[in-house]
Amino acid sequence: MNRRRYVRRRRRSNILMGLSVAATLFGLGWLAMILGALLYEGFSGLDIPVFTQSTPPPGAVGGLLNAIIGSLMMVFFAVVIGTPIGLMAGTWLGEYGRHGKLGFVVRFLNDILLSVPSIVLGLFIYDVMVLTMGHFSAWAGGVALAAIVIPVVVRTTENMLLLIPNTLREAAAALGAGHSIIIRQITWRAARAGIITGLLLAVARISGETAPLLFTALNNQFFSLDPNGPMASLPVAIFQMAMSPYADWHRMAWAGAVLITLTVLILSITARTVESRSEL
Amino acid sequence: MVDLALKECATSKPATRYMPGKLGTDRLFRSVSLTSAIAVLVMFAGIMVALIYGAWPAITAFGFSFLWTEIWNPVTQRFGAVAPIYGTLVTSLIAMLIAVPVGIGTAIFLTEICPRPLRRPIGIAVELLAGIPSIIYGIWGLFILAPFLQTYVMPPVIDAFSYVPVLSDLFAGPPYGIGIFTAGLILAIMILPFITAISRDVFLTVPAVLKEAAYGLGATTWEVEYNVVLPYARGGVVGGIMLALGRALGETMAVTFVIGNAHRISASLFAPGTTISAAIANEFTEAVGALYAPSLVLLGLILFFVTVIVLGSAQYMLHRLEKRAGGRS
Repeated sequence: MNRRRYVRRRRRSNILMGLSVAATLFGLGWLAMILGALLYEGFSGLDIPVFTQSTPPPGAVGGLLNAIIGSLMMVFFAVVIGTPIGLMAGTWLGEYGRHGKLGFVVRFLNDILLSVPSIVLGLFIYDVMVLTMGHFSAWAGGVALAAIVIPVVVRTTENMLLLIPNTLREAAAALGAGHSIIIRQITWRAARAGIITGLLLAVARISGETAPLLFTALNNQFFSLDPNGPMASLPVAIFQMAMSPYADWHRMAWAGAVLITLTVLILSITARTVESRSEL
Repeated sequence: MVDLALKECATSKPATRYMPGKLGTDRLFRSVSLTSAIAVLVMFAGIMVALIYGAWPAITAFGFSFLWTEIWNPVTQRFGAVAPIYGTLVTSLIAMLIAVPVGIGTAIFLTEICPRPLRRPIGIAVELLAGIPSIIYGIWGLFILAPFLQTYVMPPVIDAFSYVPVLSDLFAGPPYGIGIFTAGLILAIMILPFITAISRDVFLTVPAVLKEAAYGLGATTWEVEYNVVLPYARGGVVGGIMLALGRALGETMAVTFVIGNAHRISASLFAPGTTISAAIANEFTEAVGALYAPSLVLLGLILFFVTVIVLGSAQYMLHRLEKRAGGRS
């Protein structure tokens, strides 16, 4: 009797554990198919003109140069604008506002901002910058991306500062260092690897973001370095090309998709290496 | 402790005398960092204010009836949010129905049965996949998944259910390939790594002694998972699922490619529809007329409120879990 019950329980356990293996295979299978298709389609479209020419009219030879440069520029703007604000806000949370009410509110809202739909951020910057300036611009695109960078940097900075042992700060304070010296020369240094990791992850995240750029930077068929005008970016170019009816634009969209994916993967792997090398 | 020491250092006279200028820097540094922290608050409030301001013409014109009107007509300038809200909810529901069991199953596999040498590589692969931009999922869905579903999956399903009462409406033709179901499936694939990674992290916090004790009592692997691990990890897993739901609700690019952008509600899951984010992405730059763009911004405002509520409760649950973990250690 008991033995039969035990066999039944074992069988039930094996079946359900088998299902979890099946779930893993199911999930990884989809993801493998996506990566496989991406590499296959993408590399067949990746050629020299992709890197040296701008968006062609359908049917002509062309490339993604304008979009690549545009993406690099706007990501750069976003990092330059977002990092200092995020770093300082994260420092305030980790060093000054750990327990207070304001700290709690900032932390809570920041964690929500981390996952607010990026298209909402696009609408926000459209209302704030595009409408007031009267035209689409790469500046607006950069600020929209910065709105994504800030919460990421705040979160990682605070997390890293919380890991720094208080004895380090006390030792510095005992030597007579002021609070700002302690933060800049002791805790920031100790947390450097983690902060850089956070920044890399933020860059990885914004380099594939499409939604916030759709109506801030818009798009541009031509090569442009003017941050005051509309500018192309890789994700928006992919969106436009994939939605078009032209086969050669589709090929270029795949090539762009591979470029973005490789960039993101390289950034995340670098971030992991930096993180694992740090002593914390 | 350190606060005390610092206060001491800030108030004592000698510090000022021997280190001129230091206190000024301290105060400046503090106020700069406080300003940045407040900038985060301002950004949050700014989003709300800017969206309300942008949507104001539509709010005054339609009022609450916006929420239960199905018409979406740029020519007559009549707009209602029912179709996009319906699409957003249904695609997210499909995504959660698929991704939650599969994600948790994968997490159980990774923490319990996976051979040890494989755990790290698979875990890292899952985390890397969680970072792949959504537009990649979108174009894969458009070029590969949608044609595949159109040719091989949708026709047999439509045929098979054509005489079953309810299901024949849910899976009615014609098979476009794109539509609500395809969008939900892509969302599921996209949030899957995310749910897996969070669940695995939470499962790893379950103390080994608890599991060992259950095994010692003769429990099978499944019984340990179901009676020990899952109850212990419930708060964290639910929090992670809510975070994933927040993502699914607001996801734009993975959905826009394959949803079909049709402002109507069809009983069939295979029919084209639209979601809030897809409607904004598709139509905002072409919105002309006094009420068209404000109506889209109003959709964005609704999406913002919904995601803030979902993400806020996720934070609350994860926070509570953190507190508990902190209290026990």
